[in-house]
Amino acid sequence: MSDIETPVTVRITVDGQPVDARPGELVIDAAERAGVYIPRFCYHPRMKPVGMCRMCLVEIDAGRGAALQPSCMIPVSPDMTVVTDSERTRKAQEGVLEFLLINHPLDCPVCDKGGECPLQDQTVAYGPGESRFVEEKRHYEKPIPISGLVQLDRERCILCDRCTRFAKDVAGDPLIHFQGRGSSTEVNTFPDEPFSSYFSGNTVQICPVGALTASSYRFRARPWDLEETSSTCRTCSVGCSVTVQSSRNEVLRQNGVDNDAVNWGWLCDRGRFDMESGRSDVRLTDPLVGGTTARWSDALGAAVAAIRATIEAHGPSSVALLGGARLTNEAAYAWARLAKGVIGTDDVDCQLGDGLPADLVLGLPRATIADACTPKGTIVLVGPDVKEELPVLYLRLRHAVVEDGATLVELGHGRTGLSRYAARTSYAHPGGDLVERARLVAKDLDESGPITVVFGRTSLAEDPAVLAEVAAIFLAKGARFLPALRRGNVFGALDAGLAPGLLPGRRLLDDAGPATAVWGSTPAAIGRDATAILTAAAAGEVKVLLLVGADPVADGPDRALAETALERATVIAVDTFLTESGTRADVVLPAAGPSEVDGTVTNLEGRVQRVNRKVTPPGTARPDWMIAVELADRLGVEFPQDPDALLAELGAVADGYADVASALDRNPDGVLVTGACPLPATPTARRAPAPSGSTLRLVLTDSLYDAATQTAQSPSLAPLAPGTVARLNPADASALRVEAGTVVSLASARGAVDLPVVVDDGVPAGAVAVAANQPDCQVNRLLDATWPVTDVRLEVRR
Amino acid sequence: MARLEPANVEIAHEIISRYPRPKSALIPLLHLAQEQDGWVSDEAMVHIAELVGCTPAEVIGTCSFYEMFKREPVGRYLVNVCTNIACQLLGAEDLLHHAERTLGVRAGTTTPDGLFTVEDVECIAACTEAPCLTVNYRYFYKVGPSDFDAIIADLRAGRRPTRCAAEPGEDGEIPAHGTLHRVRQSIPGDRRAGNADPDTAGEPAWLGAGGAS
Repeated sequence: MSDIETPVTVRITVDGQPVDARPGELVIDAAERAGVYIPRFCYHPRMKPVGMCRMCLVEIDAGRGAALQPSCMIPVSPDMTVVTDSERTRKAQEGVLEFLLINHPLDCPVCDKGGECPLQDQTVAYGPGESRFVEEKRHYEKPIPISGLVQLDRERCILCDRCTRFAKDVAGDPLIHFQGRGSSTEVNTFPDEPFSSYFSGNTVQICPVGALTASSYRFRARPWDLEETSSTCRTCSVGCSVTVQSSRNEVLRQNGVDNDAVNWGWLCDRGRFDMESGRSDVRLTDPLVGGTTARWSDALGAAVAAIRATIEAHGPSSVALLGGARLTNEAAYAWARLAKGVIGTDDVDCQLGDGLPADLVLGLPRATIADACTPKGTIVLVGPDVKEELPVLYLRLRHAVVEDGATLVELGHGRTGLSRYAARTSYAHPGGDLVERARLVAKDLDESGPITVVFGRTSLAEDPAVLAEVAAIFLAKGARFLPALRRGNVFGALDAGLAPGLLPGRRLLDDAGPATAVWGSTPAAIGRDATAILTAAAAGEVKVLLLVGADPVADGPDRALAETALERATVIAVDTFLTESGTRADVVLPAAGPSEVDGTVTNLEGRVQRVNRKVTPPGTARPDWMIAVELADRLGVEFPQDPDALLAELGAVADGYADVASALDRNPDGVLVTGACPLPATPTARRAPAPSGSTLRLVLTDSLYDAATQTAQSPSLAPLAPGTVARLNPADASALRVEAGTVVSLASARGAVDLPVVVDDGVPAGAVAVAANQPDCQVNRLLDATWPVTDVRLEVRR
Repeated sequence: MARLEPANVEIAHEIISRYPRPKSALIPLLHLAQEQDGWVSDEAMVHIAELVGCTPAEVIGTCSFYEMFKREPVGRYLVNVCTNIACQLLGAEDLLHHAERTLGVRAGTTTPDGLFTVEDVECIAACTEAPCLTVNYRYFYKVGPSDFDAIIADLRAGRRPTRCAAEPGEDGEIPAHGTLHRVRQSIPGDRRAGNADPDTAGEPAWLGAGGAS
């Protein structure tokens, strides 16, 4: 709540000082804002108070005499008097700490939490100094893994209810619970049912003792050895604020930071733990030319020679660039200028045919997360499973529905993580009646509050043009849109112009603006998108393919097309790891990873936030922006020579980014870039053929843990990839006479894969849902990126 | 030792329908599982979680809070010997030792034939009749070693034990552990007053203005 919304204040007295509190504010918060810190363990500002630990007992007099009361449970009232430093309060705090320490082992020297432990710190500050407890403490087996990521030491637990409240109230995964009673109460999971929440790492961060520790950090460092810097998570496009902690040039831990506009302090486990990949020993450390290690000058020389020769022989549009959605804004801008301003090609796409048309994303009126979560507002979900792709956005949307009375309406091709919170779900057959269903849903929307459409691909196996029609329907209702594209900085890349027909600052090519002056020239004609680029490369029209942090073979929707394209073209790959596409490249340039560069990123709201370098890149790996600058230099154009200067130049060509650097210094929570490009005319989606009786229509979904490089290279996360299954509606399963576990072959006109069946009534009849990009299965063998839908034939393997 | 049997699933659905929120039926359903198997198995808790739409962790959280839900198999007869102060002063420890010796088990364990589980318990509120014990929560008062032997002999022989102080109206039958009643409460749907929706029902008067803030 901001002061503007609640101008009325409640005057209370805290330790003799008058304090103006907000109506309904808890005493513990009012005191803290006034500079009086009341010790606490169970209270957490982003969760409902429970008054479990009693540490925040202070003397509160609300008119009936002073009494010890838990300040986390008592809202302020007029003329309330609070005393936090009286003898009685001190005695209460000592008593509470003495009780808490009765069963708490004094193993601080070997405890991961030692040095940053609220129990340790508050015992020093408020504790009795000595215990009268001489008996044997309670003993448990320890530590026990409650999931692959989190270990539980029940002896250290003080039963504050933070982790269990988080699991139930914030994540909605109540897989850990208090068990037993009295002195044998413990937190635990159900036997053999692990705490497999996507958000389990948050419990480690909020545990006020060393009871919950992360497998990836245990015994790796002491808190006083860690150096830290604030940054922004780049794993998905939500852009959670983090603090990156390192020791001896290794990132060891990433914790959430409370950014009121974005993540409220939470992170998903993928974003929290995929920093492990940074210290992988299979990182690319040196350039490769023709598969063998080369010097940078030779590798850059080879790349430039290939580019120059191709431009001279076949013109600039024989060079194309794919990727850029994992870069900083500065690097994305440098690569955009290199491609469009220096090479002169518009065949540039930061999405790999699995996203939305750039002009649609940038043309729709944009909503912020806070807009979407407006109390009593309406959220329409037309897109991917937010829980799988943008997990912290899932937490925010869930909170809006469960706590703030927002209404969620879901349109798609089957049940998602948010379906259980939806007031209405409408599942269309892929290639079928999504548009008609959107019309029906739109007709009944409550228009008294804001309407926000969370907007992305409902299935990667379906033509996205249908989504433009859906968008137009909700646009007519006055809705705003929160685009749900998944790659880390895809919105920064779009803002930098890394898409066909686009220039920096959400400008269309035919409205070049200041870019022409700064760059000297812009491409003459609108270029090709990712699918068209790969098709052209496969046909021999695109001769040189630059892959900037992109792996179209493994991560794109059409494996066969990407394989042919990479075989025929000269490929220059820039990446942190040798990906499947990288192994097919002629020149590979090693790039710096997420915590190894300075810069900014832009999230799905258009919010620009800083990323900061904490460690140095391995070997000779260089930041992506530097590689673009070097290539430009060798092609005869001098670029700005550091991220700050690149950001300044981006500000000069892109209106929204002017003065972003100084605005960021004033607003560490980020700066919203607004503005939109003209909305394209709604294309007519290609008619999908009517489903035939003998085939099933493929719905390609995403899951949080997949074969994406950073996940696969993080030892904690790699085993969590669920693997691929074919999910079938029970009606189809019985008609086809298959049951759960039966291995079936799914065959399209392109290829076939073998998968076990899972029967799932959340999948629409006539469809088969399969997760993309899992380590055990190349589902993208089934797809042809030019098909409007993908039909597969299912056969039982005997 | 397993999930609820089909007949009990029927009963479970009727129990769940009595409450505005399915999760409110947790405790009656745990009783139902314990009645079926004599104890509450993990499989039963998983099944209950499915029936009320919560996680098994939430079910075990509730189940483990209550001493009278047994999460490991117990004998047909659960013998609780009070060792609290009044009984202790009048020979409860001797009685417990006698029980352990004659049944050949330690307190907290079950005889190999699966008939008896002996437990020592805290005060069971019959201090005036100390030392006392319960068998499947039926009271036996002023129990000496020979009284104990007689109770066990009767139960082994399938007889109704001679109660030291039978309650008026009781016939002395001791059904297997977990049995709740001879006649199950059943309120068919057409006889019920119906559940108010707690989300739309008004605020209770005692929560209204002037009450606790």
